[in-house]
This record gives sequence, structure tokens and C-alpha cells, in this order.
Amino acid sequence: MIGFISYLVNGISLGSVYAIIALGYTMVYGIAKMLNFAHGDVIMVGAFVVFSTVSGMGLPPVIGILISVAVCTVLGVVIERVAYKPLRHASKLAVLITAIGVSYFLQNMALLIYGANTKSFTSVVTVPPITLADGALVISGETIVTVIACIIIMIGLMAFMKYSKSGRAMLAVSEDSGAAQLMGVNVNSTIALTFAIGSALAAIAGVLLCSSYPSLTPYTGSMPGIKAFVAAVFGGIGSIPGAFIGGILLGVIEILGRAYISSQLSDAIVFAVLIIVLLVKPTGILGKQIQEKV
Amino acid sequence: MKMRNLSKTTRSNLITYGMVIAAYIIVEIFLRADMVSSLMEGLLVPLCVYVILAVSLNLTVGISGELSLGHAGFMCVGAFAGATFSKCVEEVITSSLLRFPLAILVGTAAAALFGILVGIPVLRLKGDYLAIVTLAFGEIIKNVVNVIYLGRDSRGFHISIKDTVSLGLEDDGEVIIKGAQGITGTPNDSTFLIGIILILITLFIVINLINSRTGRAIMAIRDNRIAAESIGVNVTRYKLLAFAVSAALAGTAGVLYAHNLSTLTALPKNFGYNMSITILVFVVLGGIGNIRGSVIAAVVLTLLPELLRSLNDYRMLIYAVILIATMIFTSSQGGQEIQERIKLFFKRRKTKEA
Repeated sequence: MIGFISYLVNGISLGSVYAIIALGYTMVYGIAKMLNFAHGDVIMVGAFVVFSTVSGMGLPPVIGILISVAVCTVLGVVIERVAYKPLRHASKLAVLITAIGVSYFLQNMALLIYGANTKSFTSVVTVPPITLADGALVISGETIVTVIACIIIMIGLMAFMKYSKSGRAMLAVSEDSGAAQLMGVNVNSTIALTFAIGSALAAIAGVLLCSSYPSLTPYTGSMPGIKAFVAAVFGGIGSIPGAFIGGILLGVIEILGRAYISSQLSDAIVFAVLIIVLLVKPTGILGKQIQEKV
Repeated sequence: MKMRNLSKTTRSNLITYGMVIAAYIIVEIFLRADMVSSLMEGLLVPLCVYVILAVSLNLTVGISGELSLGHAGFMCVGAFAGATFSKCVEEVITSSLLRFPLAILVGTAAAALFGILVGIPVLRLKGDYLAIVTLAFGEIIKNVVNVIYLGRDSRGFHISIKDTVSLGLEDDGEVIIKGAQGITGTPNDSTFLIGIILILITLFIVINLINSRTGRAIMAIRDNRIAAESIGVNVTRYKLLAFAVSAALAGTAGVLYAHNLSTLTALPKNFGYNMSITILVFVVLGGIGNIRGSVIAAVVLTLLPELLRSLNDYRMLIYAVILIATMIFTSSQGGQEIQERIKLFFKRRKTKEA
């Protein structure tokens, strides 16, 4: 029983990281209507910036994280401006391939700077672990911080979307960008802001991911990126609570599958669950049903 | 010339076939003259594999209009089915001339079967959802292949997902698939000539499919599903047909790939979503729906990183930049305006000369 709870806690911890990444994914998808395949690599960039500043230059972790968030925010906006904005009215596939190009670019840039060797990432979390049930169940500091960070980010984002002017502008653009523009919403700056927020979240996710799973390579971000996208689809892409639920569920399924079924098949189990969910509910758990018109 | 009497599509298709045959003859001449580096020589069969994959994916993405990110999964099925078959019959059929075509048939059929099995649920979805589910199926296939153990002894075949011991083989038994270690000792039957023949067969199948009644039905569904359905086109059947043919041809490419290697393992590098994406890049850069474009793009983009090898560390970075720049140039409004201007410039020069 204790074993099960311990796996569950690990699953929620991993799921929280997926949820933070998926929030960024889902916002970008909802507003720019594009699959940002490079999102996973922004996570990797965020983790490498913290690695350089904290382990390399010896700065305090808080400052390292702030620098990382700043770097990723700027990176996200620059990527959008240079690679995606010219393709705003191009076909979906063209944008997808460009995103793949950006992903290759970031990975190979990191490969050039840091090399292919795995870096061991020192955890930036200093919160002490909690011991429950007479030492049988230990919840690590990383888990506590990750879960709390995820909940704060989700609530913050929902409040931002509902109450702030730019948040409502985002909702308007995601509903109908043409109409929003006619109502005086600056679509370009709204999309840029979305990329900024999504990339800042990716930086935080990168730090949290590497604090729990401390191996860092230029390809660290790609699989979590794909899984976070799966989580976003799972919960209904475009929906903020959906991304949260999808992320947590995905993390729990992955860890439980690894523990009880097969460690090699855990990814296959995650993807199989996704397929089943999509076949039963083709727009995800909390997705909107879109009626097709002739 | 007789060429003039042919229709425009037939002429264009003949050019495509001719291009492949011409490429083969040129490469053969260079090979005979010993002017090809061993590195390039090693690339010849993979090039054929990529061309077949690109052409077959173009059938799904370009002609059927469904974004598939799991093409490498079908290639994986074909590779393992074909290699298993070859290993099993290696002692019975010693002639590779007979064995290899049979292996190709087995791999192709296995991939086609998977194409149908995967296609039935997947094709109910649309757009990005379809893309992510095909990606998921591709990853599942790769992961499952990695845990399969298959052995054979006098009592028949044994299968397990744990380890070689749990197969319970007799002493003289032989392990064919060793989980993550894959299949070792597949006969090296793939040659450049066979690769070219397979490319020609693939082109023949795909081009004839496109220009048939079936192909027109598939394209009608792509352009407007509801309109096609309302005039009596069986949407599910034609979509599934295109998907299965595309999967089957990916399986063919897989068999060719497997018989070019001494050890076949299902790594993320060769059968993961990265491979599917690489093939998709060929299709998109070659021109969606343009078969000849796929062939050219697959060849150019496979050779490009090798040609940039002298820049070693920077080559993939340059590849990425070229990819982004090409997409912006061909698809953005600004890029299209520049293209128009270039076209206009050449037109004016032509009229002046005339």
C-alpha cells in the first residue's frame, strides 16, 4: 500500500511537470493554432541556462532561475517573430515543418555549446523532504515544490485569462482572431505575449524536471515535450484546466505503468491510453465539441 | 517525337521514371570508374529507402490529406517481419534472388495489415488529433518491438516479452528476435539495383493509384469530405485504402533497410517519431502531393548533411537554418512576393530577347 502511494506521489510530481509544459503548449495552440514542436527544446534551453549560471558561475539558484526565465521568454518571442510570424497565413504543415526546423536548431546549438555528454544537474530545490508513516513514505522536496509550483501556475494563469485585459484579449484571439482585430485587439502582440508566457513556463518546467531527473543533454526536452503535447490533447487542447488534468493523469499512468506493468513499455502504455481516450472522446477530456458545418 | 501525343500527366510521369533510371545509370558509371567514396557507396541503399518512404508518405499526406507522424512505425513492422522471415528460411531457401522478394512480400503484407488495423480507429480523427495518434501508434510499435523475444526450435515458435530464458527453448533452439538487441545476422540481400527497382515499383503503384478512379475519389475526399460523401464516395473505404497502401510501401522500405544492416534494432533514431518527422520534411519540402518532388527532396536532403560533413559540428545547424529559410521563402507572403518578382524578371528578359 505504502509502495502504491509512493508511486502515486512520484506520478503526481512528474505529472505536474508535464502539466506546466502542457499549459504552455495549450496556450500557444489555442491562440496561434499551431503545433509548436520546438516547445520541448525551450525546456532544455531553460535547464541549460540554470546549469550554466548555478553550477557553472556559482550564482544563487533563485537568480539562476530568474535569468533562465528571462532568457527563455526572450527566446520564445524571438522564435515567434523570426520563424512563425512570416508564416501566419501559410498552411499548417508549413508552420509545423518550420517548428521542427527550430527544434533542430535549438538542439544543435546546445550540442555545439555544451557537447553531447550528459550533464548531471544539481537540484536547485532546498526544501527538506517530508517523512510520513514512520519513515516508510518519503516525499522529496522536489516533489513538494513541483506540485505547488504547478498549482500556483495553473490558478495564476486562469485568473490572468479571466480578469486581466491581455488575458481576455488572448481568449478573444483564440475564439476568432479576425473579429478580435476588428474590435481593436492587437493580434500580433497578443500572440507574442502568449509565446512569452509559454516559454517562461517551459523554463520553469525545465528546472523542475531536471531537479527531479538530473541528467541533462541537448535532447532532454524532446520526449517530455511530446508527452506534454499528448497531455494537452488528452485534456482537450486549448483548455487550461484540461492541460492540468491531462498532465497529472499522464504522469500517474506513466509511473504506475513503469512500476507495475513493464518499465520498457511505460511509454507505450501512455500512448495507448491517449489513443483510447481520443477514440472515445475525440476532442479530449475537457475539449469543446466543434460541430462541422457544410 | 511520340512524346507530343502523350498527355501532360503521362509525360510528367515518364520524366519521373526516367529521372530515377538516369540516376541509377550515372551512379553505376561512377561506381564502375571507382569514383565514389565508400561513405557515399554506403549511402546508396539508405537513399533508396528514404525515397520509397517519402513517396509512400506523400500518398497519405499529399494525396489523402492526412498528416501522419507514425510512418516510421510501419517501416519498423516491415523491417522486423521481413528480417524474421529471412532468418527463418535462410537455410531452406539459399538463393537470395528468391528469398529476398519473398521477404519483401512478407514485410509489405505485415505492414499493410498494421496499416489497416491502425487506420480503422485513427482515420475517424481529423487534423492534429490524427497526427498525434499516428505518432502514438508509431511509438507503441517501436516500444513493443523492443520487448519482444522470439525463438524457434523443433516444436515451433516461442514468443515472450520477458527474456530469452522464458522462451523455454530446446538446446538446439535458435533465438531470432532478442528484445532490445533486435535481430542479428540478417542476410545482406539489399543492393542498390534492388533499391532502384523497388523505387520504380513504388512510383508505378503510387502514380497509377493517383491517376485512377480510386485516386480521384481519394483527392475528392481530401478537398471536401462532405461534398465527396454526398455524391456517393465511400469515405472510410478510400481513406483506409490510401493509408494501407502507404503503410505497405513503408514496410517495403523497412525490408530493404533491414537487409542492409547486420544488426536490426528498434532505436528512437531509426524507427522513432524523429524518423517519421524526417520523412515528413522530405515530403513537405519536395512539395505536398508532388511525387517527383518527394524523390528529389529525399535525395537532396539525405545528401546535404553528408556534403556539409567538412563543416562537421555545424552541419546539422546549417541544415536546420536551411529548413526554416526554405519554409519561410516558399510559404510566407513576403517570400512569395519575392518569387513573383524573380519570375517577372526572367519573363521580361525573355520577351526582350525575343
